[in-house]
Amino acid sequence: MLQTDQYIINIGPQHPSTHGGLHVEALMDGENVVDAIVHLGYVHRSIEKIAESRTYPQFVPYASRLDYLASHLPTLGYCQAVEKMMGIEVPERAEYLRVIMAEFSRISSHLIFIGSMAIDLGATTGLIYCLRDRERIMDMFEMTSGQRMIASYMRIGGIAEDVPETFYAAARSFLDDLPQMIDEYNGLITGNEILQCRIKGVGTLSAEDAIAYGVTGPNLRACGIDYDIRKAEPYGIYDRFEFDVPLGTKGDSWNRYIVRLEEIKESARIIEQALDALPQGDIRTKVPRVLKPESGWEIYHRIESSKGELGYYIVADGGNKPYRLHVRAPSFINLMVLPIISRGGKLQDIIANIATLDPVLGESDR
Amino acid sequence: MVLKQQADDDLEMMEKNGIIVTTLEKIWNWGRAHSFWPLSYGCNCCPIEMMAAGASRFDIARYGYEVFRASPRQADLLVVAGPITVKMAPAVQRIYEQMPSPKWVLAMGNCATSGGPFRDGYSVLPGADSLFKVDVFVPGCPPRPEALFHGLLELKQKVMGKK
Repeated sequence: MLQTDQYIINIGPQHPSTHGGLHVEALMDGENVVDAIVHLGYVHRSIEKIAESRTYPQFVPYASRLDYLASHLPTLGYCQAVEKMMGIEVPERAEYLRVIMAEFSRISSHLIFIGSMAIDLGATTGLIYCLRDRERIMDMFEMTSGQRMIASYMRIGGIAEDVPETFYAAARSFLDDLPQMIDEYNGLITGNEILQCRIKGVGTLSAEDAIAYGVTGPNLRACGIDYDIRKAEPYGIYDRFEFDVPLGTKGDSWNRYIVRLEEIKESARIIEQALDALPQGDIRTKVPRVLKPESGWEIYHRIESSKGELGYYIVADGGNKPYRLHVRAPSFINLMVLPIISRGGKLQDIIANIATLDPVLGESDR
Repeated sequence: MVLKQQADDDLEMMEKNGIIVTTLEKIWNWGRAHSFWPLSYGCNCCPIEMMAAGASRFDIARYGYEVFRASPRQADLLVVAGPITVKMAPAVQRIYEQMPSPKWVLAMGNCATSGGPFRDGYSVLPGADSLFKVDVFVPGCPPRPEALFHGLLELKQKVMGKK
């Protein structure tokens, strides 16, 4: 029997397909992966500590810098957590606009996922097409909030500004063109034989492992488990919309890709219903200038972010700043299964696994 | 004075006849300034805008800066996009040292410029210039792709010796 020495390959922290600052230490035997150790913390910006020195409204921009690919989702979660703690009611119109923005964020995040997965596997074209369509969402964010990417649009008690008239036309035309875009992705990416060979049957995650590790979001649904917080524990006004939860069967990289592609369509369905039912009215309730939750109050609020269950745990001490703020970051927990799905595979599969787990390092390192 | 006048007249006459007199350094810098090879490095929100700058709408290829390299050995421009954390600092330092000279550094975004919103934290360095010399700072959180282009064009002027 031929004896080979095991050796270590370091992927990252500077590597184009580690999504910024992820370091994977791969223990190799020839081309086979024996183990993959994930090193985190290269993007640790001490957001949770900074939160303790910021007032409640001041933390909103930091929240959007957690998950910068879908910046409306983390701010939505944070604002809803504070509102829940303070018992603040949000006007109807603001709730609907929040849903519209959150779902557009989810689409933009999934577009980046598809594009970055394609480029990680060597298909630059995929990225170009996905970013082309994402620009239209960025335009909508810019016309509503003034910022392209990190729009701190959510406010405690509502949203920052009402949408301009031009927004409706832009949103409708995006939704009208979406089926055509998906067809294009199917033709370019989904139907590509090389891509299928790279991700089909690769990085299979069993449903038991997924539950044991606390995996959430599209990664969990790719294993065939029907768990979406928008359905399981509806927050905001999500119980009013009709949408399906796309499920995978095998939990491999291919399923994780297909689930996200299907989720784009479901998000579009939600936006369409929200646009149809959008009422007139206020966009923000009157919230006291200084928010001072009573000492000892604490809250855990979770939303379905584009990566999974994004939770905020806030403890108040009677002052205008949180005593402690913890973020349950889905990317962090989802990344923990990278070693078990990479073991036994090839080196190239690690790249496919990182890409399809879709971690965003800003959120996982905080 | 007279000699200088004479030399200038000679140069003008040669230029009219299609002869350009220059130094080799100037030609090289002209080439370098028109085709930076940026390193694809970044660790937060700014790289996403850098990706958008490279994609179809903004199209960094219009300026000739689209050759993003994955290896520092092949790059001559380090775009520091995103915060430099205490854990990342040795890696960035090493990336910078691995790049062959001549090399330039562009600090993209507030985090790389000054630490940005995370300056108060315990784990972010107050800007890329605490590690190495930075040529151009592009503020913004994150800067628009147009702002990145402006920064690159400023760097171009600098490399060509016009600033």
